[in-house]
Amino acid sequence: MRKLIIALVFAALPGLAAAAEGGYPLDKASIDLNNQASLQRGAKLFVNYCMGCHSAESQRYSRMARDIGLSEEEVKNNLIFTGAKVGDTMKNAMPKAEAKKWFGAPPPDLTLIARSRGVDYLYTYLRTFYVDPKRPWGFNNAVFPLVGMPHALADLQGWQKVVVEKTQDVEGNAVEHITGFELVKPGSLSPPEFDAAMRDLVNFMAYIAEPIKLERQRIGIWVLAFLVLLTAVLYLLKKEYWKDVH
Amino acid sequence: MANRPHPGTTGIVGWIDARFPLTATIREHLTQYYAPKNFNFWYYFGSLALLVLVNQILTGIWLTMSYKPSAAEAFASVEYIMRDVDWGWLIRYMHSTGASAFFVVVYLHMFRGLMYGSYKQPRELIWIFGVLIFLALMAEAFMGYLLPWGQMSFWGAQVIISLFGAIPGIGPDLSLWIRGDFVVSDATLNRFFSLHVIALPLVLIGLVVAHLLALHEVGSNNPDGVEIKKYKDATGKPLDGIPFHPYYTVKDLFGVGVFLIFFCAVIFFFPEMGGYFLEHPNFDPADPLKTPSHIAPVWYFTPFYAILRAIPDKLLGVVGMGGAIVVMFFLPWLDRSPVKSIRYRGPLFKGALAAFVVAFLVLGYLGALPATPGRTLLAQACSVIYFAFFLLMPVYTKFDAVKPVPERVTFK
Repeated sequence: MRKLIIALVFAALPGLAAAAEGGYPLDKASIDLNNQASLQRGAKLFVNYCMGCHSAESQRYSRMARDIGLSEEEVKNNLIFTGAKVGDTMKNAMPKAEAKKWFGAPPPDLTLIARSRGVDYLYTYLRTFYVDPKRPWGFNNAVFPLVGMPHALADLQGWQKVVVEKTQDVEGNAVEHITGFELVKPGSLSPPEFDAAMRDLVNFMAYIAEPIKLERQRIGIWVLAFLVLLTAVLYLLKKEYWKDVH
Repeated sequence: MANRPHPGTTGIVGWIDARFPLTATIREHLTQYYAPKNFNFWYYFGSLALLVLVNQILTGIWLTMSYKPSAAEAFASVEYIMRDVDWGWLIRYMHSTGASAFFVVVYLHMFRGLMYGSYKQPRELIWIFGVLIFLALMAEAFMGYLLPWGQMSFWGAQVIISLFGAIPGIGPDLSLWIRGDFVVSDATLNRFFSLHVIALPLVLIGLVVAHLLALHEVGSNNPDGVEIKKYKDATGKPLDGIPFHPYYTVKDLFGVGVFLIFFCAVIFFFPEMGGYFLEHPNFDPADPLKTPSHIAPVWYFTPFYAILRAIPDKLLGVVGMGGAIVVMFFLPWLDRSPVKSIRYRGPLFKGALAAFVVAFLVLGYLGALPATPGRTLLAQACSVIYFAFFLLMPVYTKFDAVKPVPERVTFK
C-alpha cells in the first residue's frame, strides 16, 4: 500500500506542474507521423514557404526522402531549390546578419522547433496571424504578440481580422482578449483546407525534430517484451535459489 | 594482508592467488560476505545505483567520441549524434535518462537509510561517504547539463554560477574563476566538459569504492535495525546472514530486470518525460542575448532551488541551499534514539519523517514553477520543516517512545 502511494505521488507530480499559464489557448494539432502523404505535403509546404528564410540545419534531404516515402530523385527534382546535394542538410542562403536587420532577429533554425515549442503551439501560431497596421509587416500574431515574422502564408490563408472582447482586470485596467478571427480577404485555400495544410506542415516539423521517433517506438515494443520475459525468468531463478533460506 | 594463507586453489587460479588476492577478494566481498536475510524492497536501490553508474560511464564514453565541446559546435554535435551516428540516439537517451534515473534511485536509497537508521553507529562513515557521493553526483549532473549547450543549459549554469557571487569579498572573483570568463562561454563549456568526463567520474568511483569497503567492514543494516553479527553459528557465520553471492546477486538481478522495464519504457517511449528529463527550452540553442522567461533547474535540483528562492536575501539563500546538504553530514550524531529502524520507533520520529518527505516533495514541485507570493510562503514553510527535521532531531528522538527491538531479525 505504501509503495502504491509513493508510486502515485511520483506519477502525479508532472501533471500538477503542467498547469496552463494563460495566453492564447492552443488548438490541438492532432498530427500523425505514420501518415506519409501528410508528411510529403508538409515537406512541400516547408521547402516552398519556410525555407526562404528558415533552415533545418540538422536534417538531411536523403534521410527525409527515405523516412517519408520518397525517392532521392523525387526529392532532387521537387523539393530542393537551393542547389544542395541530396546528402546535404536543409540549409538556406539567407545571410544571418542581413536577416537580423530585416526582421529584428535572424529567423531561427527550425530543426527542433517542434520539440522546443510543441506541435500545438506551432499549429495555433501558423493559423493566428492577423492584420495589424501598426506592425512593420502589417501582421501580428495571437500566440506570439509583436512577432517579427511576416505572414508568409497569407496567399494561402488570406487576410484575417481579429475579433476582440474588451474587459477589465481586477485593478480596473482595460484588457483585450482575442475571441476569434474574421476573414477579410480570402486566400487560395478555404479555412478548412488551410487548417489541414497547417496540420501537414506541423506534422513534417514534428518529423524533422526527431526522425527516429517511430523507429524507436517500434524497437521499444520488442525491448520491453524481451525484458518482461527476462524478468520473469530472473524471478523464478531467485525463487529457486532462495528455497533454502528460512 | 600479506600473511593471508593461500586459499588452497590450484591451476591458473592457484597461480594467481599466490600473487594476487583473487579468491580471497571474491570470498570477502561476495561468497563469504554475509548480508541479513530480511532485506525488503528498499534494498534494491544500492545495486541499482551501481548499475546506473556503469550505464553513465559506458554511454558517456561513446557520446564523447562524437560530441564537440565547443560553443560553436556543441549543440549541432548532439543533433549529429541523434541523427547521423548509428544508434547514437539510443546512447544519448540512455545517458540523459540515466542522469534522472541516478537521482531517482539515489533519493530512494537515501530514504531507505533514513527509515531504517542505516547511518547510525557503527555505519556513520558509510553515510558520510554516501553524502559525499550525492554531492559529487550533483556537481557531475550540473556540469553535464551544460554540455548540450541549449537555452536551459546556458541560463541554468549562468544562474547557479552567479550564486557564488553572493559570497562576501571573494564572490565576484570566485564566479569569474569558475566560468573562466565574464559570462558562461566557450571557456566554461570546455572546463565543465573536462570535469564532467574525467575529474568527477574519478571522484565518484573512488567514493563508491570507499562506501562499499566501509559497508563490507561493518556489514549491512536491515529493516529491523539489529546487528546480525551478534548471533553466530559454530563456524562463525551469522545465523541471520546469507552469502551475498549467490543469494543477493540473483535477487538483485531480478531487481535489475524490473528497473530496466521502467528505464527502457522511458528511453523508448518518453525520453523527454514531459519536459522533466529533457526540458523543452533546451531544444533551442544557447543564446546569451535572449533570457528565457522562466529558468528552472532539472527536477532533481528543484527541492534545493526552492529553498534558495524561499529565502529573500541572496547570500542567506545560498547558505540555506548549501546548509540543506551540509546538515546531512551531521545526521548520525543528531539522532539520539536507542533504536535504528522505523519499525521500533515512536510516533514522534514517524511523524517527523512523514513531514520531511512531504516537505521535500512539495519543495521539489515548487522549485520547478515560477515564484508567486503564495508559493514563496509555502516554500518557506517547507524549508522550515526540512531544517527542523534535522535540527530538532536530538530532541524528538530522545523523548520518543520506542518499542522493544527483537534480538534476531524478523523474516516472512
